[in-house]
Amino acid sequence: MLLITCPYCQETLPEAEFTYAGEAHIARPADPSSYSDEAWRDFLFVRSNVKGAHFERWRHFHGCGRFFNAVRDTVTDRFLTVYKAGEPKPDLAKLLEDAE
Amino acid sequence: MSQYRVQGKGRVSHGKPVSFSFDGKTVTGLGGDTVASALLAQGTHLMGRSFKYHRPRGVVTAGSEEPNALIGTSRGPGRFEPNTRATMAEIWPGLTATSQNRWPSLEFDIGAVNDRMHKLFPAGFYYKTFMWPKSFWDKVYEPVIRSAAGLGVSPSVEDPDHYASRYLHTDVLIVGGGPAGLAAARSAAEAGAKVTLVDENTEAGGSLLSEPGVEINGQPAWSWLESELASLTALGVTVMTRTTAIGYYHQNMVGLCQRVTDHLAAPQDDQPRERLWRVRAEHVVLAQGALEKPLVFDGNDRPGIVLAGSALTYLNRYGVRVGNAAVVVTSHDSAWFTAFDLAAVGTTINAIVDTREAVREDLLAQAAALGIEVLTGHTVTGTSGRLRVNSIRVNPITGSTVGQGRDIACDCVLMSGGWTPTLHLFSHTKSKLAWDAEGKTFLPAETLEDCQIAGAGRGLWGIEAALVDGAEMGAKAASALGKAAASATYSVASDRTGTGEAQKELPTDKDLTSTRAFVDFQNDVTAKDLRLAVREGMRSIEHVKRYTTNGMATDQGKMSNINGLNIAADALGKPAPEVGLTTFRPPYTPTTFGALCGYHKGAHFDVTRKTPIDPWAEENGAVFEPVAQWRRARYFPNTGEDMDTAVMRECIATRASVGMFDASTLGKIEVVGPDAVEFMNRMYTNPWTKLAPGKCRYGLLLGEDGFIRDDGVIGRLSDDRFHVTTTTGGAARVMDMMEDYLQTEWPDLNVWLTSTTEQWATIALNGPNARKLLEPFVEGLDLSAEAFPHMSNAICTVAGFPARLFRVSFTGELGFEINVPARHGQALWEKLWDAGQQYDICAYGTETMHVLRAEKGYIIVGQDTDGTVTPHDAGISWAIGKKKPDFVGKRSLERPDIVAPGRKQLVGLLTQDGSKLEEGAQIVLDPNQPIPMKMVGHVTSSYESDAVGKPIAFAVIEGGFDKIGETVHIPMPDRTIAATITGTVFYDPAGDRLKM
Ligand SMILES: [Zn+2]
Repeated sequence: MLLITCPYCQETLPEAEFTYAGEAHIARPADPSSYSDEAWRDFLFVRSNVKGAHFERWRHFHGCGRFFNAVRDTVTDRFLTVYKAGEPKPDLAKLLEDAE
Repeated sequence: MSQYRVQGKGRVSHGKPVSFSFDGKTVTGLGGDTVASALLAQGTHLMGRSFKYHRPRGVVTAGSEEPNALIGTSRGPGRFEPNTRATMAEIWPGLTATSQNRWPSLEFDIGAVNDRMHKLFPAGFYYKTFMWPKSFWDKVYEPVIRSAAGLGVSPSVEDPDHYASRYLHTDVLIVGGGPAGLAAARSAAEAGAKVTLVDENTEAGGSLLSEPGVEINGQPAWSWLESELASLTALGVTVMTRTTAIGYYHQNMVGLCQRVTDHLAAPQDDQPRERLWRVRAEHVVLAQGALEKPLVFDGNDRPGIVLAGSALTYLNRYGVRVGNAAVVVTSHDSAWFTAFDLAAVGTTINAIVDTREAVREDLLAQAAALGIEVLTGHTVTGTSGRLRVNSIRVNPITGSTVGQGRDIACDCVLMSGGWTPTLHLFSHTKSKLAWDAEGKTFLPAETLEDCQIAGAGRGLWGIEAALVDGAEMGAKAASALGKAAASATYSVASDRTGTGEAQKELPTDKDLTSTRAFVDFQNDVTAKDLRLAVREGMRSIEHVKRYTTNGMATDQGKMSNINGLNIAADALGKPAPEVGLTTFRPPYTPTTFGALCGYHKGAHFDVTRKTPIDPWAEENGAVFEPVAQWRRARYFPNTGEDMDTAVMRECIATRASVGMFDASTLGKIEVVGPDAVEFMNRMYTNPWTKLAPGKCRYGLLLGEDGFIRDDGVIGRLSDDRFHVTTTTGGAARVMDMMEDYLQTEWPDLNVWLTSTTEQWATIALNGPNARKLLEPFVEGLDLSAEAFPHMSNAICTVAGFPARLFRVSFTGELGFEINVPARHGQALWEKLWDAGQQYDICAYGTETMHVLRAEKGYIIVGQDTDGTVTPHDAGISWAIGKKKPDFVGKRSLERPDIVAPGRKQLVGLLTQDGSKLEEGAQIVLDPNQPIPMKMVGHVTSSYESDAVGKPIAFAVIEGGFDKIGETVHIPMPDRTIAATITGTVFYDPAGDRLKM
């Protein structure tokens, strides 16, 4: 069971309190009707499926209830950082450098 | 006293005999014995039969890695456990132990015919033998495999024991209570860390328990151990024995299984049998030691052939000699010490056979002094003896030539192929291993965990080395926690260190087709099988493993993995690390389901949610069914009624007068705020802007992919407040989805979402007399059809209780849903029930609700839809607000595959012979086409219907809307049923009864 830090609660808590919510930074377009079939397909179904640092969403379901973002290494399951929804995507190169 | 028990030796209680039964015979051992040591003490080696060939097998180890001596243990009905390792099962008065995998007896086993036919069972035989002909699968192969498969016999009745589950937080967790673990505990505890030390054995000490001749800091090993454990306890170290670390998970979470009562003659009722600990440790020190490898030679699996280190343990820890006349076969110095210790207590050592040319001078000198014949540079090419080894054939090796063989008589063989560091837990967290070319084994390399490995677990050998390394690693762990730490110093006398040489299968002069050199004892995998797998194209060790089943038994290849790898690498002509090591997975040793379930069984397995009206339903004889986590009344049978009869009666009564239904499980979400209507417009397909307060609308929720996710009637209570209902099973999902959009896509919307499912009890009244029944209870509201028409809502009081009243219907009859605070639910129900007697009111359950709604063509999301159904497919496009610029899923309704022809569409079905269809039955267009037929859809709902006068059904059928009136066919095992495609509304299509 992973330990996950909720950026809202500022507490590190067991994974059982959280739910996973898929890849992060895939914003719903403001006007979906303007999207081509291909672009809409990509929005719906195409995910990066990375081996390594992955930007993803979690929800502190059994706590504050907030959705937040995290960067987790899919090979080691190590969290590189967590940050609030709406905050900019952190610089991956710097995160990896800090993790060394 | 048996001739094999050495008086005064070992840690067993010599004055305290303990009797138990093995295969129906009474065996008397001593307090502190395991089943294995007690059987060995009376000269019994034969303890089991192998899995595939049913070969007679004896105990080969003294620990949890035992592959052969698997037994069933029992303490009475329900308390039977198969596949217990005899080496770990402690004896107690009254224990019943039985051998496995044999019939009719261990000595004579019919299944051993497999052994004589071993050429029919080569590597990969599962894949080869059972491929053809196809028709043999059901009648021949599967029954044969099923009867032959499996180890032991499953328990046949429910386990009456209970199992506990605990969390533990500690600064330093040390796994393994041998010299390295003990020294690590001291360093860390002296630095002020909170330390927990666990060991799977009955007592801490590890290799010290088998090496009483060693002196530590001037004290004999066992007295040092006793005072050290007392001192550690005084330092605050928690020592847990009979506790196996079964899994190492990320961020230093370690699972422990503690055996609490299995060794007790009379456990207390309140004692759990086992306790599962979930430990979160700041730092972990793995001090698990090393496991001895067997040598791989023809006939290396006969009873009486034991690992040398285990024989040393049986002698020094249990006071048991494994035989009277031994031959030692080794490629490692350690086995020589077993020979010397056994010789000292009267076992004749007929020879020490070492595969190495050169052996240490001091060992040779000691053997010479004891008069033991030494054969260096020799190989073993065979053994004999049916139920017990009685001789061994050894041959000199000159260069690459195997010389003339010679038979040496014996009643036991002590073998050692060297030692493998125990890396299982380390590998569980995907930590990296490095190949040690010299030792031909893997050693721990990098880990991301806060973890140290100490002692033999990282390839160090000897007790002093383990103590010094353990002390250092314990100090490192404490330092990492910011505590000033020092390592104690240790001086060890009579430390028996040594080295060895790893071997693949030993060279032989025999024709290889007739040899049986076992690598994996539990799964009966031989060296030949591994080489065959390579010849047949397996290149990775993962493929070799699966093809041969090497390392796939319950011992996870603790004895066989490295031998298997070295042989496969040799066959491939590649260095071992390029062939790879198979993955170790938790649990480290077999773990009971009981321990893993803990408290989560029976009523505690899952939550059972009950409505406020549930007690009334129970009192009135409801038959319940689970719906998601809820238990719901399914029907209310009168005396002697079966379900069909009761449901038919409930349906008739409701349509004739009035029926009453507990709808409290409906999901309810309060959507409130200045932007509530905008939020509803974006979430649901329907338009909400023009829905006036006091009105209701059917709401349809899609996923962004355009498929139906949920539905429910939604009431607008005021401009900024909606009472949303969801399906019973969908409530949490809908709430989560709403929160997701609100928090992450539209944080600008000023809306609050609150789950109110359990705040409201909901009673549905349906039927032509529903208004007459309800009217007298309602205050402050005109219930007439004109003032309060279908799809209205109001806040009022009902029977004096504050209420939200909805005029809605899921039956097609005049209907009301009364929501009152949950605490008043049953009181209101009882008042309505009493008053309803004048109308012959009927309480109905979910089954009748299903029938009544189907007669009206109302769908149930999740039954008539399956996550691939669009609003158009379900025939409810009318629920889409076509003028809305956007809502969740709107864009997807234009996706090419969703507008393409041939989609499955929801239609009605009426059978032509008047029979009722099976839900889930597949539908074909042409019943005479060849098998396999093209299936064009399936039945989603099917019921007997009084209102329609015959059974009705829904189905999803490709292009169904264009096939109304056509005939389709439903092939069943006994016949094919023809049915006519219809619309989905079978009853009151004009909806007149709703408007009453
Ligand atoms: Zn939180």
